[in-house]
Amino acid sequence: MMDLDVVTLSRLQFALTALYHFLFVPLTLGLSLLLAIMESVYVMTGRTVWRDAVKFWGTLFGINFVMGVATGVTMEFQFGTNWAYYAHYVGDIFGVPLAIEGLMAFFLEATFVGLFFFGWKRLSKVQHLIVTWCVALGSNFSALWILIANAWMSNPVGAKFNPQTMRMELSSFKDLFFNPVAQSKFVHTVSAGYVTGAVFVMSIGAYYIFRKRHVDIARRSLTVAASFGLASALSVVVLGDESGYTAGENQKMKIAAIEAMWETEPAPASFTLFGFPDLETKTTKNEISIPYVLGLIATRSLDTPVVGIMPLVDQAEKRIKNGLSGYQWISKEGGRAHAVVPDDLENSMKDVGYSLLLKRIRPDIENATDEEIHQAALSTIPDVPVLFWSFRIMVALGFYFIALFSVAFYLSSRRRCARPWFLIMTMASLPFPWVAAELGWIVAEYGRQPWIIDGVMPTFLGVSGVPATNVAFSLAAFVLFYSTLAIVDIVLIIKYIRIGPYDHGVGDQCSMPLSSSMNA
Amino acid sequence: MFDYMTLRLIWWAILGVLLIGFAVMDGFDLGVAMLHPFVAKTDTQRRVVLNTIGPVWEGNQVWFILAGGATFAAWPYVYSVSFSGFYLAMMLVLVGLILRPVAISFRSKTNSAVWRETWDWLFFISGVLPSLLFGIAFGNLFVGTPFYFDPTLRVVYEGDIFGLLNPFSLLCGLVSLALLLMQGAAWLNVKADGEVAVNARRLGRRAAITLVILITVAGGWLSFGVDGYLVTSQLDPTGPSNPLLKTVVNVPGAWITNYKLYPWSIAAPILAYLGAIFMIIMALARKHRASLVASSVSVAAIVLMAGFSLFPFLMPSSSHPEQSLTVWDASSSEMTLGLMLVATVFFLPIILAYTCWVYRVLRGVVTETAILSGNDHYY
Repeated sequence: MMDLDVVTLSRLQFALTALYHFLFVPLTLGLSLLLAIMESVYVMTGRTVWRDAVKFWGTLFGINFVMGVATGVTMEFQFGTNWAYYAHYVGDIFGVPLAIEGLMAFFLEATFVGLFFFGWKRLSKVQHLIVTWCVALGSNFSALWILIANAWMSNPVGAKFNPQTMRMELSSFKDLFFNPVAQSKFVHTVSAGYVTGAVFVMSIGAYYIFRKRHVDIARRSLTVAASFGLASALSVVVLGDESGYTAGENQKMKIAAIEAMWETEPAPASFTLFGFPDLETKTTKNEISIPYVLGLIATRSLDTPVVGIMPLVDQAEKRIKNGLSGYQWISKEGGRAHAVVPDDLENSMKDVGYSLLLKRIRPDIENATDEEIHQAALSTIPDVPVLFWSFRIMVALGFYFIALFSVAFYLSSRRRCARPWFLIMTMASLPFPWVAAELGWIVAEYGRQPWIIDGVMPTFLGVSGVPATNVAFSLAAFVLFYSTLAIVDIVLIIKYIRIGPYDHGVGDQCSMPLSSSMNA
Repeated sequence: MFDYMTLRLIWWAILGVLLIGFAVMDGFDLGVAMLHPFVAKTDTQRRVVLNTIGPVWEGNQVWFILAGGATFAAWPYVYSVSFSGFYLAMMLVLVGLILRPVAISFRSKTNSAVWRETWDWLFFISGVLPSLLFGIAFGNLFVGTPFYFDPTLRVVYEGDIFGLLNPFSLLCGLVSLALLLMQGAAWLNVKADGEVAVNARRLGRRAAITLVILITVAGGWLSFGVDGYLVTSQLDPTGPSNPLLKTVVNVPGAWITNYKLYPWSIAAPILAYLGAIFMIIMALARKHRASLVASSVSVAAIVLMAGFSLFPFLMPSSSHPEQSLTVWDASSSEMTLGLMLVATVFFLPIILAYTCWVYRVLRGVVTETAILSGNDHYY
């Protein structure tokens, strides 16, 4: 039986709402750009079939977008409602990209999205195209700032603890902005979004071609999506590799756990293709490995070793001990108006976050025994089997997308995309980008555990002081509410795919009048 | 650039600007949601009402998102204490904020009467919940809420949701309802015609009159019946953001001291009244846009009133007044405030510019004929 305390409940709620929100975000990212590309073709060629394509995909985009907006508000709320101590502790840094996201990106996206739908008759072709591009740019900028915030949790650069205010404060915006983890995460995530958009358009296009309906729009959409998707899938895998590289630098534990690599291997490390990680014995059974590959991904060299899990636990143990004197100083002097960290404690201060891991074991951590310190150090190991498998499935899907798009690109350039095997394969691929995206979230965020901010604050410390019953109540409400919305959303999407581009008059696929008898 | 004290003051003002932006812009969306079952009877009329805000509600809602984000970045204490302290109330607000987008977008997407009726009710609820709860939350800022910090500055909130439902805060909830109903009616008056506009004028008039009465009662209550808070120790406006370094007392009449200290601030309550009165007069004179402007002035003035009365407090603690959050000890660091100021000064004018452009493009009345013709995009 899981211990349903406020930490567990808050984490469950955050994971659930984030994973749910992330069902809509990738499609918004990809589809908005695809809409902008298709509309550009329309404006350049003047052929109305492209405009009809934009309007049709726009209708589906609209249903998805609204869900993304609605569930995104939840995310902003939760840092305050459920993670109040986290919000206090790092709001000075973490809040900055979130606020700039609102100023620079979300306002742009949200203000113009209405005009995208309502502006067809009020704007010139070029004006409307600019509006569509603003929506696409807005959603992509939005991803940039959110990922800068998110990457900071994995690699907290440009920040310093201030003992007078008992929190982390910004010391360099440049470091925050140019965080290498943020850059690779951004490109990886938006590319994943583009892949999602491309697979979505291709699958539905394939469905129409299969049913021999709206073939003109479907074929064109499929061609655009195939080339756009191929470029994106290559980028997602290559830059996913870049994420691997930065994770190797900054989050050694995450990459060791993904690899289920318990002990340091002599360089260059091999990549475990398959195996069964065992938490009890701290070994991986039935391993099948490819020599050299991990060393190349994680260190970009053949002579740097990749550090294994157990040596990292030993390092954590040292850091827990090292941080204790800093912690004791903070307990005594922290919060005073003129408190300044003494020079000889600077080194220990860097490891106070590690010492805080002991708080899960005993409140008076300065009296911790060696056994308790070892136990705390072991808690830095994330859930190895989950990471191991999530990562492998995600990567396999990444390669599958490259293959799918390559085939689609080849066939559509030869005008042979009506082959049934290809259409069925494409239709069946519809759910895969979402599976990959959700697994990616799990690798990145679940893989960061036990940290909410890597090396700075353990997750369990970040929660609000709200009663567990309140969180249990809100969690139950979210499950119910979100499930209902998911059903409604899917029903509507299917309905509008069935209706298709033309069956409701060119102008209006968005809504329909109530039949006149009801209107009387 | 600016010193820490000035930055804090500027960020107090920016928070005010964002809240005003939210109350004025999203305010009419919320008002429209609450009004729609009463101003629109037939399905086409309901669609008229929905489509007056259909193209703009997304952008309007960002004022709230941004106010939240800016509070997180500039006033992290306020963000963490209020959101976690008002946990269940915030979850109810969230229900409203999630329901509204989906109700607007999904309602007319099938032609089942039951489906539409259901979404219409949910749309109504999505207007009432946030409007009422934001009012109640503001009321509780005056009354004070029970919280304190442990030595690591982790907040401990001692109240529950029922503690928020005290008489004065409930009155503030009603003020908020009347205010946003007035704003919604003024908007419908500009954007709709026919029966919907006639109904909106009638209800808007009632809302404005109710508002005038309610703010008179609330103002009197605040001056004589609600104990305010006063900082009694030195509080260094450039000191560290640590709310444990001062002393505060809870005294009657403290919430009106600023009006005595800075007589110009009386402009806020005066404008609140004048705005509501001119909202009615201009509507009667068929000057609908002027009526909307007057209503917006009233909305802005009421947000200002709250800010002026509370200053320098942001969130007083009723159980540990000395740990109340103020403008001088609950902000972000100097660097963050400075940086965020640069971003705001750069982007806010751009946002205002394109928002104006979008509203200009979308100008004009939404009519039943246009909706029935179905030759444009309508929800």
